[in-house]
Amino acid sequence: MAESAVLEGASAPADEAPIESFTVTLIIRRFDSEFDDEPRWVDYDVELFATDRILDALHKIKWEQDGSLSFRRSCAHGVCGSDAMRINGRNRLACKTLIKDLDISKPIYVEAIKGLPLEKDLIVDMEPFFASYREVQPFLQASGKPEKERIQSVAQRERFDDTTKCILCAACTSSCPVFWTDGQYFGPAAIVNAHRFIFDSRDEAAQVRLDILNDKEGVWRCRTTFNCSEACPRGIEVTKAIAEVKAAVLRGKPDVPKSDLVSA
Amino acid sequence: MTATIPAPRSSSSRPRKVNWEKWGWLYMRISGVLLLVLVFGHLFVNLVAGDGVHAIDFAFVAGKWADPFWVVWDTLMLWLALIHGANGMRTLTNDYARGRLRKVLLGAILVSTIVLILLGSLVIFTFDPCIGAAQGGDLAQFCTAKG
Repeated sequence: MAESAVLEGASAPADEAPIESFTVTLIIRRFDSEFDDEPRWVDYDVELFATDRILDALHKIKWEQDGSLSFRRSCAHGVCGSDAMRINGRNRLACKTLIKDLDISKPIYVEAIKGLPLEKDLIVDMEPFFASYREVQPFLQASGKPEKERIQSVAQRERFDDTTKCILCAACTSSCPVFWTDGQYFGPAAIVNAHRFIFDSRDEAAQVRLDILNDKEGVWRCRTTFNCSEACPRGIEVTKAIAEVKAAVLRGKPDVPKSDLVSA
Repeated sequence: MTATIPAPRSSSSRPRKVNWEKWGWLYMRISGVLLLVLVFGHLFVNLVAGDGVHAIDFAFVAGKWADPFWVVWDTLMLWLALIHGANGMRTLTNDYARGRLRKVLLGAILVSTIVLILLGSLVIFTFDPCIGAAQGGDLAQFCTAKG
């Protein structure tokens, strides 16, 4: 008993200084089609800790100041990909952007991602984004029926590891200047997810996907501005993946490592 | 009776067209590498080597084009650079212009590129160093000596 009392005392000293908090100004681009013809910037002052995230600030505004503020979020921990938004002009996940990493001496600008139809406040219509995602056939296509599993070597798995990390948050696609002006362009996210299967040694439909991306609105529209690589919250090298798909289209097939397994 | 429907995107069902986007992209990379050598070589020879920029006059140009090496060099540079630039303008136009404006701009780019290439080629291949020599041009001595 005595020992646990000591531990409790050590972990929560009564005279610990309170954690410093700051008043942060957020300027949010609000839009409600019922009342607004044009989106308008509205500012909010929020009391925040350095360890808070933009998502916490949005919660505070919604729960304590203005319940009409609309935004998407689901897991709130950078996995579901719901809360991609433009924070100070850069596409970020609100749940992964810490207050301490931003300059709070100036207001923080938050708006919806660009290039997709704005529905309300920070919510956009993601359907065009998912439509081009579906178009690249983002699923494994293999003909054989193995007894147990489809075996793959470590090197073969490594080949497309980077592009398996995509969470479909649309931060890359909506940061692409080509996508802004031409919504027909597949966009980085669709190409990343095509890459994930094109370079998978178990998949057999690489030719079909390369053919789809060889189209007028396919990989050749990419201008390698690197906005997508900079925007990706999962750190995927998006521009590199697109370049690899371009090279695969030119070569006619993807360079997938040969199996180094003893027996297949 | 069953009708067989070819799988979508199977090669037999679609006539193979020239993929301009692909070849255009490839052209930009290849011509870009070549132009790097051609343009900087050109700049060095004209502006730095020898007397530098002060050496450039009619005789300098005539002297260069007396050598087939520089005729080939300049012709290559003319064609590659103009098509490279025009293709870049074309992609920009496709990115930012819509409808009629796009058509007009693309047409203007095409026409101006063809005119410039033809004009440039005409100058390179019909160049006469003795032009105006009778009236005492730059190369009057050389030309009269040649007969």
